[in-house]
Amino acid sequence: MLLDALREQLHLTGTKKGCDHGQCGACTVHIDGQSALSCLTLAVMSEGRAITTIEGLARGEELHPVQEAFVKHDAFQCGYCTPGQIMAATALVQDRQQRSAAEIREAMSGNLCRCAAYANIIAAIQEAQRA
Amino acid sequence: MPTRRTFLKDSGRLTIAFCLLGALPAAAEAPAADDPRPGSLQDNPRLNAWLEVLADGRVRVLTGKLELGQGITTAVAQMAAEELNTPLRQVEVLLAETGRTPDERYTAGSASIEQSALSVRWAAAAARQQLVQLAANRLRVPAAQLVLADGTVRTADGRRQLTFAELLGGRQLTGEVPLDTRLKPKSEYQVVGQPRPRADIERMVRAEPVYVQDLRLPGMVHARVLHPPGPGARLQPGFDAEALRRAVPGVLQVVVDGSFVAVIADSEWAAIRAYDWAKPRLRWAAGPALPAGKPLAEVLRSLPAQTEEVARQGAVDGAPAAGEKTFRATYFKPYLMHGSIGPSCALALFDKDQLHLWTHSQGVYPLRASVAKLLGLPEDRVHAKGVPGAGCYGHNGADDVAAEAALLARALPGRPVRLQWMRDDEHRHEPYGSAMLFDLQARLDARGRLTHWHMELWSDTHSSRPAGQPDKLLPAQLLARPVAYQRNELSGGTSRNSEPLYQIPNLLIRTHSVQGPLRVSALRSLGAFGNVFALESGVDELAQLAGQDPYEFRLAHLTDERARAVIKEVRRLTQRVHPGPHEGLGLAFAQYKNKAAYLAVVARVYVEPEQRVPHVRQLWAAIDAGEVINPDGLRNQTEGGLIQAASWTLLEQVRFDEQQVRCHDWETYPIYRFDEAPRVEVSILNRPDQPPLGAGEAAQGPTAAAIASAVQRACGVRVRELPIRPEKLAPPITET
Repeated sequence: MLLDALREQLHLTGTKKGCDHGQCGACTVHIDGQSALSCLTLAVMSEGRAITTIEGLARGEELHPVQEAFVKHDAFQCGYCTPGQIMAATALVQDRQQRSAAEIREAMSGNLCRCAAYANIIAAIQEAQRA
Repeated sequence: MPTRRTFLKDSGRLTIAFCLLGALPAAAEAPAADDPRPGSLQDNPRLNAWLEVLADGRVRVLTGKLELGQGITTAVAQMAAEELNTPLRQVEVLLAETGRTPDERYTAGSASIEQSALSVRWAAAAARQQLVQLAANRLRVPAAQLVLADGTVRTADGRRQLTFAELLGGRQLTGEVPLDTRLKPKSEYQVVGQPRPRADIERMVRAEPVYVQDLRLPGMVHARVLHPPGPGARLQPGFDAEALRRAVPGVLQVVVDGSFVAVIADSEWAAIRAYDWAKPRLRWAAGPALPAGKPLAEVLRSLPAQTEEVARQGAVDGAPAAGEKTFRATYFKPYLMHGSIGPSCALALFDKDQLHLWTHSQGVYPLRASVAKLLGLPEDRVHAKGVPGAGCYGHNGADDVAAEAALLARALPGRPVRLQWMRDDEHRHEPYGSAMLFDLQARLDARGRLTHWHMELWSDTHSSRPAGQPDKLLPAQLLARPVAYQRNELSGGTSRNSEPLYQIPNLLIRTHSVQGPLRVSALRSLGAFGNVFALESGVDELAQLAGQDPYEFRLAHLTDERARAVIKEVRRLTQRVHPGPHEGLGLAFAQYKNKAAYLAVVARVYVEPEQRVPHVRQLWAAIDAGEVINPDGLRNQTEGGLIQAASWTLLEQVRFDEQQVRCHDWETYPIYRFDEAPRVEVSILNRPDQPPLGAGEAAQGPTAAAIASAVQRACGVRVRELPIRPEKLAPPITET
């Protein structure tokens, strides 16, 4: 699976293993700019496509605006689901649409957070889509 | 001793140094009544157990607690920065590690701030005094004329100064933290009480390796364990390990020890493929049948029980007087799952007779002792280093996976073995939070005052941590030479918050400890979730029976001013909230453990009129956790606790059939997702003059009761059996 290839062969451990069934969103990455679950994606199917993981989001010292917003709004507790949340959120805000809190909730419903930092994640995404 | 050595020095990503501190702290003695120091500090009184001054003037704090997402790293750093007038970035924190940090037993019970952070405050204050005294001696200036800040001690006029490094000259601060240590006056605080982004946050958003799941050691191999399908199941002969080796390239070893079956492979992918290959090919004889198909409440009531009295005053029997009203109700909560998003994981390396463990266990010292006994090793041959894992919310699979990794490392010495559970393992084999059953009988006098409160409650234990013994570790009973399970004598955690804080003259509370059908241990708030759900649901029903307002009824029975204050605050927060059609508001209150944080919560719930699906729209909470160290951290913990508890209340229940647990993923055990999570608002009542109180679990119980009461007001049905599912909300049959 793409998830295992990322974590093992490429040593990119930012993408997290959560359920291996596409139910939790911890393994979310971008494939050709679109949000995708790497635990359900065959690595060979990704050949020739542009894959972005959480490690590829910041530009050196400079965090991506979504990462900045997560820091500002304290949008996590344990942080394990955070890379998946940030990747899903980044894919969401890239179309520059201004979504309501309800629309954000709907769009993000594939990403679980057991610490239940949902309120702060929504606040972070609202801020990021204004940026 | 003490000896210091480095270990795995150039292991790529990690350099791990540790020293053996010599004698272990004496077995926990009862804290001396006249000793003002925090309990953890009394157990580990040496200053340099908690704090080291580094050569470059930075400060290293050592805590025996592990970062579980509760923000302890930042809180202890704030304490040291404050007492030593040092910028926060100059403070580094070393988390739980045997032989290196103080032994603080478990990171549990919302005690990280009360114990570890306060111990660091004391140690840092003692360090300040020692450093100032050293400077006074060197500069021949009275200590009172010296100022300590930013890694230096200088004269008031700033002309002469010495850095910490110059003062110490390579030595460390020594001695015990004295009882008369002068703490910095709180009026001078610059760092504590201010919202501070947690130091680990930028690493988290960048997803740098933080978690034990991300650790990579040179030469590391990967493992998976094939757990029995259900409790007591035994492996049947006939499994062809050689066929597995042939079928899956990369398999290094197949370990079969009794019913403990595992595969070790050269890559994680190969380990998973071996797991998938072997799983359908293993044959198991089922253990004793689980009591499926019967109401679990009745199962609990029918089990042999050990009865203990929690509280008794006055007399609860005797005939009611004229005008008195008697109320009876039975409440229930099911088995609940910790449900960590990250499956449990550990690394183990058996190297030259020394076993090294990297673990997200909540207690590295007890784990070391337990694993040493399981493997028949002397304790000093086991080294356990705490590495953060995904949020655990109590005793989940962390210790079990570490013990399993240790067994596998012994089978393959010299190679670091990384074992991570699959989602199915985590869901089916973590120890759950026990189901609980409550029979309440209460009485109101003619004026609507509570006169009698009689609660009988049934529960399995809420604490079966390994605690230095091998038997509670999951593999212990699977081995060919199993370790017999010793049931805990004490009903640990069952009675937590069973005693009302309300003034009630006649009171009897008894616990009936049973051994239920599923493996259980500590889940966030232990028995408090069930107890407060039952207690506060009962109080709400009694307020209705008395025809009184739920706020006034509670306030009339409470004398503790801080309890009254959080209830009044949550009333203030919601005074302009008017429930719409099919909506209801519900109130509940508790002081966690009856001695930690006070919390009152109001829930606003909408119940769909046709489908009867309840939706928690919003939760408001007021919390008093004494002195607030980091308001952001407190708010975050409380908000998360509210939403998690709402998820427990509305959705969650571990289901099983006669052979096995039926919840094996997020579809069979759903939890709140974004679209269902309520909005939350938290008001903090800061009490800088009061000791900080554990707060991480304060929201769990009250939230359940507030939701149940809101549901009742929304649709007329009082649900006394969690979870509150639509099928329990059929309209009450009205007699015509």
